[in-house]
Amino acid sequence: MSAATANAAPPGRRLSLAWAARQRVVIALVLLILFGALRYEHFLGAYNVLSVLRYNSMFALTSLGMCFVIMGAGIDLSVGTTAAFASVVSALLSPYGLFPGLLGGLGAGLAVGAVNGFMVTRMNIQPFIATLSGMLVASGSGLLLAHNQSVSVSYDTDFTWLGQGDLLGFPTPAWIAAAAYVYGSVALNFLSFGRYVLAVGGNEEAARLMGLPVDRVKFLTYVQSGVFAGLAGVILAAQFGAGQPAEGVGWELFSIAAVVVGGTLLTGGVGSVATTLAGVLLLGLIFNVLNFENGLGWISLSAYWQSVVRGVFLMVVVMASSGAARRVARSA
Amino acid sequence: MADAPTIGRKGASFDVAAFFRRYAALTALIVLLAFNFAVTPNFASWQTLNVNLTQVATIVIVSVGMTLVIATGGIDLSVGSLMAISGALAPMIFLSSFGLSYPALGNALAFVAPVAIAGMFGLFNGWFITRFRVQPIVGTLVMFIAGRGIGQVLTNGNLQAFKNPTFQFIGLGRVFGVPCQVIIMLALVAAAAWTLRSTLFGRQILSVGGNERAAWLSGVPVASVKRWVYAISGLCAGIAGLVVVSINSSSDANLVGLGMELDAIAAVAVGGTPFTGGQATVVGSLIGALLIQLVRYTLLANGVPDAAALVVKGAIIAGAVWSQQRGKPT
Repeated sequence: MSAATANAAPPGRRLSLAWAARQRVVIALVLLILFGALRYEHFLGAYNVLSVLRYNSMFALTSLGMCFVIMGAGIDLSVGTTAAFASVVSALLSPYGLFPGLLGGLGAGLAVGAVNGFMVTRMNIQPFIATLSGMLVASGSGLLLAHNQSVSVSYDTDFTWLGQGDLLGFPTPAWIAAAAYVYGSVALNFLSFGRYVLAVGGNEEAARLMGLPVDRVKFLTYVQSGVFAGLAGVILAAQFGAGQPAEGVGWELFSIAAVVVGGTLLTGGVGSVATTLAGVLLLGLIFNVLNFENGLGWISLSAYWQSVVRGVFLMVVVMASSGAARRVARSA
Repeated sequence: MADAPTIGRKGASFDVAAFFRRYAALTALIVLLAFNFAVTPNFASWQTLNVNLTQVATIVIVSVGMTLVIATGGIDLSVGSLMAISGALAPMIFLSSFGLSYPALGNALAFVAPVAIAGMFGLFNGWFITRFRVQPIVGTLVMFIAGRGIGQVLTNGNLQAFKNPTFQFIGLGRVFGVPCQVIIMLALVAAAAWTLRSTLFGRQILSVGGNERAAWLSGVPVASVKRWVYAISGLCAGIAGLVVVSINSSSDANLVGLGMELDAIAAVAVGGTPFTGGQATVVGSLIGALLIQLVRYTLLANGVPDAAALVVKGAIIAGAVWSQQRGKPT
């Protein structure tokens, strides 16, 4: 239903709807940070800020790849198991040094992304099903390589620096994620690739008639998503000291939620890289705030509440953006 | 398969290639069965049949609801989480002081209440999707995330172990040698296939999926039809949750139904129901689930590791959907 509605609406209205949703997520993030800073003593302390950034950098990377895929009107269910697969490959290569580990993880992600892209563009399989297959293939490959166990990384090389190290006082993974988002922002707003993705996602047929390389653009979004997921896998292995073939369960849905909270429409054609990051931080900080709230001792919410809170939060965001859509429709 | 309404060319000559593309999943299933009879040791036994059917039953039960949802052009990601809720509730009911003092009533309530509550959550999905015009993926993602949390919060994340033969009949019992959940599975498949084919509600489901605007203009209560299919999907997930905890003799909200949404969606896709809506085949979903199960069984029975079976499963799903795509005259 919403797909039809969104397609029927003039592009201007779709844009302002997405814009409204985007402002909300930034405001909500600022409010949550203010709330935390005023309520908890150590919320803005260096230790908390840095560990939140270090941990959420993996989700930031998978969500960035997901954001481009979704803007191109696709979806990528494979990011979680791709990260797990890449973590195994990079852990196996880590004894040879930082770069072999890094490149191995990226290569694993690239391979899965290329398979996904091939299935979507050449075999014309719907993205949901194609990347579901990709998800199983990546998961199986990771488990096969690792013989169903986690693979410890080598501490003799500087590979673990990628996950545990710091650069200029900030965690290395945070720098990597930040660089990826700068690239994403530039690619979306200033490179033809970003414009093409939006055009393909907005109206594939029109994009084809305009002569855009539709299939190549779609293929590249999946490859890019695979590479970012691979990078997340490298960080996973380096941060926790092991390649973990069974990790990554549910990452794809977390990433989709973050992208949606960030105001990118699942119908494609509209999106923003910066607010995707805001969506990731918002969903990540909810967990953090719950921990602090428990620390105050007033209430004792188990960790299980975090998924309930996240779900309710996603619901509120969706309802709010739907309300914005109706208001825009009335004023038009 | 049989209940997929299509506009066929009457009297056209029989096209063998098109036939095999259309019935790819069924053909593959038959080939695989033949292969197993020839190669796998002890394949032709009641035990093998029962093991496979018992394992596939929960996936099929969930796929029945999923097929109806996908027939309206939607999708339901929340089924696994609803299984966790229903699986968590049932032992809570019959292990409560009320359930222990009135075992008959407690057991009856342990069957009805969790399924009804899962159905209510399904109805909530439908309401949320229609009321706020949310895309089904996002709408049911809410319950996917929150639902498992609700199950975990209910049980505080603890495993509930139990031994209750009356309740566990649904997962361990047999009627004339046939496992109880297999009977439930077949009954649900038959009921859903009949509903799609021969009832007004079934035609309304297909018309909503085929062209929502046209359905609305011709007086189909689109929102209500959608709410009901999500409710039915919730009910099916609720039943599947009961079956799973009965088989395990324990309920763990962290694990019950984990990944079930993708298994069910894969079964529906392999079975030949297109994601665009408007066409559906419940029997196809049954065949799809059986095919995926049998592939895994064949590989494991012949000494292939489980991880490699995952890769093959992925390839089977992609291959089945690809062959159906090619079968379509576009």
